[in-house]
Amino acid sequence: MTTRRTFLTQSAAAAAVLSAPWVVRAHSATPVKVGVLHPVTGALAYSGQQCRLGALLAIEDINKAGGIKALGGAKIEALLGDAQSRPEAGSAEVEKMNAAGVSAIVGAYASAICLATTQTAAKYGLPHVVDVGVADQIVERGLKNTFRFGPGYRTCTERAITDLVALNDAAGKPAKTVMIVHEDSLFGTGTAALLSKTLPEHGFEVKEVVKHPNPTRDFNNIVLRMRSVNPDIVIPANYYNEYALLLRAMKQQKVSPKAIYSVLGGAASSYKFLKEFPDVANGIIDCNHWFNPKDARVAPLKARVEEKGAYFSYEVFMTYVSVYLLVDAIERAKSTDRAAITDALASSTFSDHLMPYGPTKFVNGQNTGAQPLLTQVIDGDIKVIIPEAYRQANAQFPVKA
Amino acid sequence: MLWDPAILLSAVLNGLTTGAVYALVALGLTLIYGVLHIINFAHGAALMVALYAVYLLKERLGLDPYMALPFVMAGMFVLGYFLQRVIISRASHGKDENILLVTLGLSIVLENLALVWFKSDTRSIDTAYTLSTVEIGPALIALPKLIAFAGAMVVAAVLLWVIRRTDLGRAIRAVAKEKQGAKLMGIDVERVYALSFAIGMACLGAAACFLLPAYYVNPQVGSGFVLIAFTIVVLGGMGSFAGALVGGLLIGVVESLGGLFLGDSLGQMGIFAIFILVLLFRPQGLFGARA
Repeated sequence: MTTRRTFLTQSAAAAAVLSAPWVVRAHSATPVKVGVLHPVTGALAYSGQQCRLGALLAIEDINKAGGIKALGGAKIEALLGDAQSRPEAGSAEVEKMNAAGVSAIVGAYASAICLATTQTAAKYGLPHVVDVGVADQIVERGLKNTFRFGPGYRTCTERAITDLVALNDAAGKPAKTVMIVHEDSLFGTGTAALLSKTLPEHGFEVKEVVKHPNPTRDFNNIVLRMRSVNPDIVIPANYYNEYALLLRAMKQQKVSPKAIYSVLGGAASSYKFLKEFPDVANGIIDCNHWFNPKDARVAPLKARVEEKGAYFSYEVFMTYVSVYLLVDAIERAKSTDRAAITDALASSTFSDHLMPYGPTKFVNGQNTGAQPLLTQVIDGDIKVIIPEAYRQANAQFPVKA
Repeated sequence: MLWDPAILLSAVLNGLTTGAVYALVALGLTLIYGVLHIINFAHGAALMVALYAVYLLKERLGLDPYMALPFVMAGMFVLGYFLQRVIISRASHGKDENILLVTLGLSIVLENLALVWFKSDTRSIDTAYTLSTVEIGPALIALPKLIAFAGAMVVAAVLLWVIRRTDLGRAIRAVAKEKQGAKLMGIDVERVYALSFAIGMACLGAAACFLLPAYYVNPQVGSGFVLIAFTIVVLGGMGSFAGALVGGLLIGVVESLGGLFLGDSLGQMGIFAIFILVLLFRPQGLFGARA
């Protein structure tokens, strides 16, 4: 029978055993707190959850490899935040993370949320690595704490246009007319405006620009317009659901332009689309964030992501690499001090990563070495077609009907 | 260019096929409103549940969405009966405003459960006929949409027959019109409530089977349909079945033509312009009885 006295002794012993790991940890370096902030609920939940997965995988890898060496093997402790797909909720999370004493923040996927979170973090001199957030305003406000590793929206669009012209010239200029289908928020409208301004300078005629809301339940009307316009190239600028419905409707209505060409998003940078719509995806071209296909670390990372039942989407590897960028800076700062980390980020030359970027060099918080890649769905897989240094297959342009 | 008869015909046919599915969603909503006098805020969430059921039957058991129709309808019927009997009726304590909040709460619970189980990932199914089309004159109509139209018409006809010709239908109409009187005539009002709710949910089951081959499912998918369905119900006359059917088809065509001529962002305006006009000049709805 257990008396009260034996119960107490046993409990004390159990408590001692349970608390032992903490004692051990106290002897080694104190962990470095890093805020991992994404919209994991609400409209952007899918992308936000993908980003969080990427960040957690990176932190797991870094901790397994011995933590931060300059700080005596200190482990990274992730403070997870949910921006709820709203900028103000993102800001509130930054406030909480600041109060909890994080050394830096990685996040926050969407441009609108990044605009808010970087600004709030700036109040506290808190370094903020932007993982995706393509709007260029993010790095144009002179915030000293903000660092975007990936390419912005203008770089991507300009690159997309240059590459499209190159593809078309190489094929003997078969394409002359363009139709743009875009969603009606900041991303789609901005892309469409930039494209319809620049494409005519390169000899393309923009025949039609159609916008649609999110969600749009049916794309047959837009495709009917497309049939009457009969453009050589269709440029969609929308999110996954609408993109998928649009392409399915095009296939059903037997509209097959010489190319389907997306800027920042599309089937040729989405393994998910490839799996769900294999018949529709073939030949599609994207200019988007993409990894260096020749890097040996990609295949095992992709396999791990897929093991978890997720797709290896750009959100995952962009955030994964962003965490490494931050850790590289903490190693060089040899400190968890925010100002020291900010300085280390500003002078970063981080190059040991799986993205196809030139040397890292931050100018006003933007990594000038960053670039998107041009990918195409060829034989049921995503292949890099431009630039030559990363090419896996020759472009199919125009696509055979 | 857009006035080309071939394109116009395509747009109208396409609108009719989309509208038929809207009508199915609206039929369920109008039945529940007509009998229980509650606005079922959980309608969109219930559609989402049905869509996930169709998705799981296809992905896990390989059951074709059209083959799954009887099972999903039956499942939704049972779920509806259970929801009304066990949750909505008990929690309402006989007050309509309580029911409103209960259904709103239900929708939040269902959506968040879906978020936990399925994540916010959008899913769609791939069938042999997903990309098939049928030529009707110069127009190409996607086969799944054509089947959805035919199926929706059959389900609507069966529902109308049940309401007009069967004892259950008579009981439902009696309860809808005069609860006290129906009770005095020996009709089990609570049972009729539950059956009406169940039939309304079964309509959603049918809508889900017709919808998924041409659409997708995620936890938020219902909200896109429920606003349209509310519009249709008010447009057709609250509680009117013929109104829901005609209203659904009308909204489908208006949305389609609006999208064609004004673009899809502005095209949605057409729906609400008609809605406002009906409220101004025929507030009881197209088929509603004058209050």
